[in-house]
Parts: sequence; C-alpha cells; structure tokens
Amino acid sequence: MTFALDGLETGPAQVWSSVRLVPLIRDEPVPHLRLHRKAYQEPVSVVDVGGAVYVSFVPHAFVASWSDGDPRPAASYGTRLLERDTGDAPPRMPVRVTRRMARRAGKDRLRFLPLHLAVEGYLALHFGGPETAWEEWARKTVAHGLSPRCEETYLGLQVRGLEDALRIFEIHPGQCGVMVYVADALASAFVVPHPDDYRALHPTLVEDLFGELIYMYGLLGAPAADLSARIDGTGIGSLDDLRAAAELRQEEWASFHDGVMAGRLFDADGSRQVVQHLRGFELSRFLPSFALREENHIGETITDEAGRVAYLKSFRLSDAQVRRGYLLKKLAEHDWRLSATAAALGADKAALALRLERAGFGYLLRQDVLDHYRAQRRTT
Amino acid sequence: MMSETFADLVACEDVLMFVNAAITSTGQREFHHDAGEQRLSLDFLHEYMLENYREVYAAALALDVNDHNAAIIVRNLLVRAGEVGVERRRREGLLIARRLETLPPQRVYRLFRELRRLGVNNRRTRAVIRDWMAARRDPAFDFVKYRGAVKDVVRHAHLRLGDEQHDFLFTPHRVKSFRTPIFEQWRRAHYEQAAIYELPYTVAEGFAAKHGIAREVFLERIEPKMTRLERLRLHKSADVQVDLGEMPLTRLASYVLSLPLDERAERRAELSRALRTAARRVAGAARGSWGRVTAVLDDSYSSLGSGQKRRRPLAVALAAHYLLEALAREFTPLWTSGRTDELLLYPSGPTPLGLRIIDALGTGPERLLIVSDGWDNAPPGLAADVLRVWRTRLDPGHRLAPGHRVLIVHLNPVYEAGDFDVRRLAPGVPTAGVRDAENLPTLVELARFAEGRVGLDKLQAHLDDRAARFLGVPA
Repeated sequence: MTFALDGLETGPAQVWSSVRLVPLIRDEPVPHLRLHRKAYQEPVSVVDVGGAVYVSFVPHAFVASWSDGDPRPAASYGTRLLERDTGDAPPRMPVRVTRRMARRAGKDRLRFLPLHLAVEGYLALHFGGPETAWEEWARKTVAHGLSPRCEETYLGLQVRGLEDALRIFEIHPGQCGVMVYVADALASAFVVPHPDDYRALHPTLVEDLFGELIYMYGLLGAPAADLSARIDGTGIGSLDDLRAAAELRQEEWASFHDGVMAGRLFDADGSRQVVQHLRGFELSRFLPSFALREENHIGETITDEAGRVAYLKSFRLSDAQVRRGYLLKKLAEHDWRLSATAAALGADKAALALRLERAGFGYLLRQDVLDHYRAQRRTT
Repeated sequence: MMSETFADLVACEDVLMFVNAAITSTGQREFHHDAGEQRLSLDFLHEYMLENYREVYAAALALDVNDHNAAIIVRNLLVRAGEVGVERRRREGLLIARRLETLPPQRVYRLFRELRRLGVNNRRTRAVIRDWMAARRDPAFDFVKYRGAVKDVVRHAHLRLGDEQHDFLFTPHRVKSFRTPIFEQWRRAHYEQAAIYELPYTVAEGFAAKHGIAREVFLERIEPKMTRLERLRLHKSADVQVDLGEMPLTRLASYVLSLPLDERAERRAELSRALRTAARRVAGAARGSWGRVTAVLDDSYSSLGSGQKRRRPLAVALAAHYLLEALAREFTPLWTSGRTDELLLYPSGPTPLGLRIIDALGTGPERLLIVSDGWDNAPPGLAADVLRVWRTRLDPGHRLAPGHRVLIVHLNPVYEAGDFDVRRLAPGVPTAGVRDAENLPTLVELARFAEGRVGLDKLQAHLDDRAARFLGVPA
C-alpha cells in the first residue's frame, strides 16, 4: 500500500523552537473537491458503530463537498459549492446520533470527523477478539471482544510551541498541506485539495490529536536544528551561478525531506481500507505494519480516480500504541492462541501473558491464568 | 586599529546593540514575541548600559531612540543621579532637558508621574521639572488639558504657581471667575454646553459625555480644536477632514495600509501624492543624491506586526520605498512577495529574502537597502549565504577598500527580545534598527559602525558629534 504525494511540492521549512513545519505546495488545486470546517455548536456527539457506542469530543468537523463532473475547469472548484454550503450549523441542535464516522451530510456532501476515521481504524483493530474460546481468555473477552478499548491522545494546544508555530507560520501561495515535526519526529501530515481550504483549516491543527510521544517531545523543548546546508562559495562566478546553487539546494532539501524525514509516513507493509466512495473520490484509512521501535502512522485519505491524494491526515502512534497494535496483530495471526503466538515471538506463554498485561491488555486474560503466570514469574 | 583591544570591540558591539534596541523596541507585542518578553529584555539592556557605559547611555538621548526608550533613559538617569560627579551630571542635565523638549507633553507628564511613584525627588529632578514647566509655551493650556498630571507634578516638585493657577488646580470651586480665558471656559463648561467647544478635544469629550451631547453634533463642532493625530484617528469613524499633506511619512504609510484595498485603489492619486510629498519633505536637499538604489522590501506575513503595532514593519517598508524613491536618482523596489503595486500591499506569504537579494544585486545598484524583520525562511539562511558569497567573491570591489564596494545596509524594524538586538542577516552586512523611515539617512550612516571596521574611538567621536549637534553647541 503506497500513496504518492504527486503534485505536492515540498517547500522550505519554518522552525519555531522545537516545531518544524514543512509546507506542501500544489501547482493547481485538485478539481471537484473542497473541504471546509464546520464548527458544531454542541460539543458531544455519539456515533453508533454497530453494537458498541463510540463517544468522542468533537470540536469541529470537516465537510467534503464535490461537484458533478462539470467539464469547465473554471466552475469546477469553489464558489458555487461553497455558497450552497456556508449555512451555519443549526442552532441548538440536540446531541446528534450518527450511524457512521463518515456520513453523507447532503446530496453532494460527506461529513466526517478529522482523524476519527483513522483512530477508529486503530481502535477497532481485531476488535472482535478471539474466535475460538481458548481457555486462557476471559469469558468477557470471548463474548464482547476488546471492548472497552481506549487510547489517550493530547490536544494540539497541549503540545508546547505548536500553537505559536502555527500562528507565526507564513503560508506559501498555493500551499495545500503541511507536515508537522516536533523535535524532528513527524507528528502529522495534513493535505487538503485547495489552497483556500488550507488557509481556512490551518488554525484547526491545534485542535487535532497528537500522541504521547509528540507531547513529550514538545515538553522537552529541544530546539529543532538548522538543517540548511550552506552554499559553498567556490566555483561561483556570477549571480546566475548563485541562483542555480540556491535552486539546487532547494531540490536537495525537498528530496531529503521526502526521502528521509517523511519516508516512513506510508508503510509499504501496512494495510488500507476503503470506507466510502463519493463520485470518483475514495475515502479510505490506512494502518501501518506495527513494526516495533519504528515510526508508525495511522491516517485517512481521500484520493481521486488517478490515485492523487486530495486529502490526508495522519497521526503518529506512540511506542506503547505501536506495541499494542503489534501484539494484537500477532495474536490475530495465530488465531489468538497463546502458545503459538508465544512461540512465534520466541518466548513462553508466561512471558507473553505478562507482556500483554504490561501493554494494558491484562483484562483480556482470565484472572486466575494471569495470577498463575505472575506467581510463576515471582518464584523464578 | 592595532591598539584596539578586545574590550573595545565588546564595548562597540554593546553600544550598537543598545542603540538598535532603543530605536526599535517600544515594549509592545511584536509578531514573534509578546510584550512581556520585550519589556524584560529591554529593561535588562537599560540596566546593563546604565551600569557599564553610563556616558554612552546618556548620549543615546541625542540619537534617534524612540520616545518610549528616551523616557526610560531619562528616568534611570534621574533615579541614579547621585552616582556621578557634578560635571557629568551637568552634561546629562543638558541632554535630558534637550530631549524632553522634543518629547510629546503627555509622555513627559507620564515620566514625571513615574518619578513621583518611584519617590525620586532629588535636586536634579526638581530642576529638570521646573525648567521644563517654565519653558512650556502655553502653560494654561497644559493646566487644562493635563490637569491631573500637572497637579501631581506641581505637588511633587514643589513648584511655585501664580494665584490663579494654584486655585485652578487645587480649589477650583471656590473661584467665582477666572481671568485666564481658558480657565474660565473650563469653569463654565461645567454647566454651559457652548463653552466646551473652546477646550481641547480630550477635555471637551468628557464634558460632552457629562452634558449628554450627541456624538455627531459634538464632533462637528469640536473639529477645529482637534490635533493632527486626533483628526487622523477620527477620520474614518466620524468624517473629520484631514490634511494628508502635512502628515509625517511613516504615520501616513500606516494610515494608507489601514485602508481597505478598494478604497486605496479609488483614492490612488490622492494617497500617492501625499506619500510623495511627505517623502520629498524628508529628503530635503539630499533629493536625488543617492545614485542607483535598489531596495528589497519585506511584505511577508510577519510584517503584520501585532495587535499593538498594526502593520508597523510593513508601514516602515512602504515609507522607506517612497523616501528612497525621492533620495535616489534611479530606484528599483523589490517586494518579497513579488508584487509591484506598492499602494495595494498587504502582509502575506513567506519571506524569500535570499532570492530577492540575488534579483536586487542583478540590477547593478550602487546602494542596496534591505528593509525586513530578518526572518528569512524561504529557504532559511539563503540571504546570509548570498550576502557572504557576494561580499567575498562577486562584488566588483571586493578586493578594494570599503568605499568602493556596493553599499549594503539591512534595516530592521523589529526588536528581537531573545537576542537583545535586531535580527541580523549576515556578519558582513551591517544591520541597524529602524522605527521611523524618516531616520533612514542617519541610520545608514550609523550602520557603518556595525560592520566592525570602525573602532570604538571613532564611534565615541561620532556619538560626541551627534550629541553636540543635538545640544546646538560646537563640540
């Protein structure tokens, strides 16, 4: 599973203390699709995800609207659609109960909560639990799966320096996206179809979710280093040479960024799941391969027919979250059999059980089984 | 040059650092730093200078330091007046008195009240207050307009007043009528509506509220009494006539930038004529004497300034544009955004300073001026590289004496609280702080010292010369 960020050019980074923001610039916007912000008046919404109830705090939601394949490019993006959609959220609406994360909000609109699709994908990973009732698993696990499954994240406002960095960021003309680095760890990638959308949604990044790792890095506050390479004066004999050297340096930066700094955003071994089609566009989410001690990003995308990314939002999992994903994946691969999984991990059942407990999955195992392994560990 | 010690170099740097700070910072919020950081940083600098270079600190009053810093310098000198000998104190007194003359009266009164709050009442302070008050051209007007402040100051400095002045300040209700006309109008304004229109605008405003006069009626009748700036402030909200031709250049630029784009386009002829007139007035005799000039002017998003200094960096750049146009024989302006219509500018986009400087050097200028806050970010650090390579390799005169080379000066309107200085672009290019574009010619002169080629004694001589000119006596 790979996406190419085709049509998006990497611009020069802007740094504020430990936060580095790298702009992504489009030559021309993706036609037929606009995103804009819809601030909900009521803070809590309840989404019904078949059986379990998913409660989330929703400060705002994005509305994707699209136009009916109008052949004329001038009319294809923008004003007409926006005019139809600019009505405010209905005042004083009751707590909304919606059926799905992504939902049609009108004839030509789809409403989805940013990042929740991706987070849901991660939370619902092997959510069903064991299919065979192996004796080690608690009865509740077999009956109800992993429910309740919860993860903690931090609000962008809590990541130190991010708010200021976004405030003073100078948006490039044509900019359609940004990559957020905290202490040079990729925290989030954000891409929209149109520069105007970006301008409108740029401040919403402080309301996004960030993992514990990013929060900690922000707290430590080590200033991001200057990555610009100096131009060597030798061999430069005219202003044209100097200009060429500057352009070359910009290209080097772009390829370094795309290859090294953002190289692990899309995991080649990860998985991708299409959630909804909307007239030529596909809303999908992607999960990484959960390789331990490496960068793992979950995210959601809207791609057009040509596979170009029109919308992208990603979330970097912290190490504990990667470990949990890894364990679940391994368990599922071996049909939730402890002995087989332990063998695959090169450990015994006791070690795996305790590892599950450390990862926060102790509640899945039968209490007496867990106690037994604990006692065993104490005596050895 | 050989006798120059390390300490001299440090001293030279310290002095320039302070001068840059005192010209640019007003203790207000900037785009990148908030007001608290600015104040903390500035207070430290003042303390440091007062402790280590008191003579230069006082001499800074003769330079174009802004009013905010001038008031702080005067305050600090008076607070610690006793620490120096009589001779030095006398010289400081001259500088203080001269500088107070040029400060707006409300700032002077605020300074005096601050001294009162700090409990500073030494002989020098009382003398300074007495002399300044005695030199006021229309004391009665001050008594009415700044009544509360005057009262405080009179009490604090034990000033002797005439009978009527004393009664006006301390027992106004016992008096049946005043002989001084403005005092009498003030007395009558308490119960007679017509009398308030003879009073200064700020005083009349209070009486208008007291009498419940409709705002439109009040503004229409008080208009002749408004000051220039009051007119400019109320110009938008209350249809007050304003003569743009007599506005100072930078303030005019600020005003133009505050207008919506449509209105600027409509009034293009009027606005650009006013800006050109103001610029020509500043240029004076030096008009057209600068040869081929190219300017790189910053209109990136950070030139927005802050809520307290709205579009100030952009206004300085715009004013510099018109001033350079008047000074130069041949002028090429290059805005960082690539826009060419200077009247329709607004802060937006990144700061590709490096690329613009390459463009600028390509025009073959005799002088290159860069007006920017120094946050070069597209790509970061390119401006420094370009300037370094130019200075060491490409400048046609790079092997010759400084006088033969292209004169490059960076003017920075923003004080960087963290560095205690304005942000620099490259070591080989002098950077000077700028607050009003009107000071541009003198700043370019001062910037020579920042290049590190002129020693401390030359700098000292320059400061002495400026102080002498400021005081109006031969050095």
